[in-house]
Amino acid sequence: MTPETLLQVKDLEVTFALRSGKYQAVKGVTFDVAKGERLGLVGESGAGKSITGFSIINLISQPGYISGGQVLFEGRDLSKLSPEEMRSIRGDRVAMIFQDPMMTLNPVLTIGQQMLETVRAHRNVSGDEARAIAMDKLAKVHISSPERRLKQYPHEFSGGMRQRIVIAISLLSDPALIIADEPSTALDVTIQAEIMELLLELCESDRMGLILISHDLGVVSQVTQRMAIMYAGYIVEVGPTAEIITNPSHPYTQGLLAALPGLQKRRGRLNQIPGVMPGLTSIPPGCPFHPRCQSVMPVCSEKIPALCDHGAVRVACHAVTQEARS
Amino acid sequence: MFAFFIRRAGQAALVMVVISLVCFAVQHKIGDPIRDLAGESVSEAERQLLREKLGLSDPLPKQYIRFVTNAARGDLGISYMFGKPALDVILQKFPATAELVFCAVIWVLVLSLPMGIYAAIRPKSVLTRIIMGVSIVGVSIPVFLIAIILIWIFSVYLGWLPSFGRGDTIVLPGGWTTGLATWDGIRHMVLPSISLASLTLPLFVRLIRSEMMEVLQSEFVKFAYAKGLPLWRIYLVHAFKNTLLPVITVGGVRIGTMLAFTILTETVFQWQGMGFIFLQAVERADTSLLVAYLVVVGLIFVGVNTVVDLVYGLVNPMVRVTGRK
Repeated sequence: MTPETLLQVKDLEVTFALRSGKYQAVKGVTFDVAKGERLGLVGESGAGKSITGFSIINLISQPGYISGGQVLFEGRDLSKLSPEEMRSIRGDRVAMIFQDPMMTLNPVLTIGQQMLETVRAHRNVSGDEARAIAMDKLAKVHISSPERRLKQYPHEFSGGMRQRIVIAISLLSDPALIIADEPSTALDVTIQAEIMELLLELCESDRMGLILISHDLGVVSQVTQRMAIMYAGYIVEVGPTAEIITNPSHPYTQGLLAALPGLQKRRGRLNQIPGVMPGLTSIPPGCPFHPRCQSVMPVCSEKIPALCDHGAVRVACHAVTQEARS
Repeated sequence: MFAFFIRRAGQAALVMVVISLVCFAVQHKIGDPIRDLAGESVSEAERQLLREKLGLSDPLPKQYIRFVTNAARGDLGISYMFGKPALDVILQKFPATAELVFCAVIWVLVLSLPMGIYAAIRPKSVLTRIIMGVSIVGVSIPVFLIAIILIWIFSVYLGWLPSFGRGDTIVLPGGWTTGLATWDGIRHMVLPSISLASLTLPLFVRLIRSEMMEVLQSEFVKFAYAKGLPLWRIYLVHAFKNTLLPVITVGGVRIGTMLAFTILTETVFQWQGMGFIFLQAVERADTSLLVAYLVVVGLIFVGVNTVVDLVYGLVNPMVRVTGRK
């Protein structure tokens, strides 16, 4: 862990204890985020990316729990903290932005109440000071006449405005890391771009770390410096965003990129990866991707591939490592 | 706000029109007033004359309008049981019933809120299982049975509490007789108010619990956790305030139901309230008294529902805004 490392997730395992047995949704995930670095977590629905994001601040909903590994943040293992210690970090050093701004804000409390309570949960300040902080952050996310806005209720704002307010709330304590779970997915395409630009601008100006969880490769490639591709609870490829986008190594990443609609081919069907991702209860032995993989080998159904260095990136694929060896 | 009141007043007027139609039907069509007034020896010709004099041969709409104009002046006829204006009889009994319902509502509020919230926050604890188990029993036992069981335990067996009547009452300035100003009156209030509350309390515990559990699953509660708020604030401000909305709606209806169930409770405990008088009026077909009861209870219903809507508007900002526009 270098002094520049902000967050280091090591061998993180998340288990769901269901009536029919225990299932691992996240299996030995390892990655780190440097100070001010923006990392993308990419994958299909159910790949475990959101659970990974939520488990950083130990906010997985029942019956899930962290069953192994470490989450080192500013020198402390967050997965071992007491509930009260964890509470003091949430919303303070690590903030979250949720997917749907229509659902994230409490409909019966004013914006001011929802912002001020956050400030005062972490800092011992007077109401006026808290209000000044809230207004400053609202101005930062480009919301006009913040003083009047504080008295309004969520339903008086549009979706894009609400997401700006959620972002302003996440900024209240000047966090070192923001975890954004699909922050633009629920919004119009034009608003999406605005929100992503705003996030990028804020991260750069305040040197905040960002973990951007998204299924949208386009969005992630525009905002992040590094990205990790997740599949069925594993990270299958991680490395610099530019490298992965231009030169994907893992067959799954290649498939994802090929599935993006291009501008050149006007006609014809979009490419797709055959099959669907296995559910939590039916993950095949060996490499979880092998039933859908085009370069499948006999070893793939027997051994789970480990993440290995491959040029600028790290990849978990038997085919890639074998090719490199020969 | 102004528009809200106009709309409310319109609805209230409509409800009262319906009630007045029912009352009119009760007063003029149940039994024959002439038979009540005239003895057996009165001849058919004289009966006809009396009928003309009382306007009973007029077309129905004309009779109805006369009924409504009289009612609007506060004249709902004379109760022959008491020989006094029926409205006066009912209003004289109103404080007893109002205090009974008030105390029952207090029981419901004081007990159901903490129990419901606790059961939602700790769904698997032993205490929650006990609360939920008892509440299902409470829902299924009829009010009068609970009343009798309570009397048997606390009055007959233990001898701690009186089993009937209001005890010592004091007449406040303005003519309101209260049983809550004396120790004896309060002792008399305990069993009847618990019986009346027993109907609504378990229902409210279950309602608050299920609504709150649903709210606790919502995204904004998860976001409140992510903001690092203390637990009490998440439960009591974020979750509870949203739980209140459906609870207020049901609560308004339930207050009305409790008013209706005073008929049973008051009869079991010989409580000299409106419900007790109503049952006597039914037995003796004192139609004027029935009508007065229906009108007063109808007005209370409309009043309570208006208050409930106002409170709902205070909690729910979306209603407030539409009201303002």
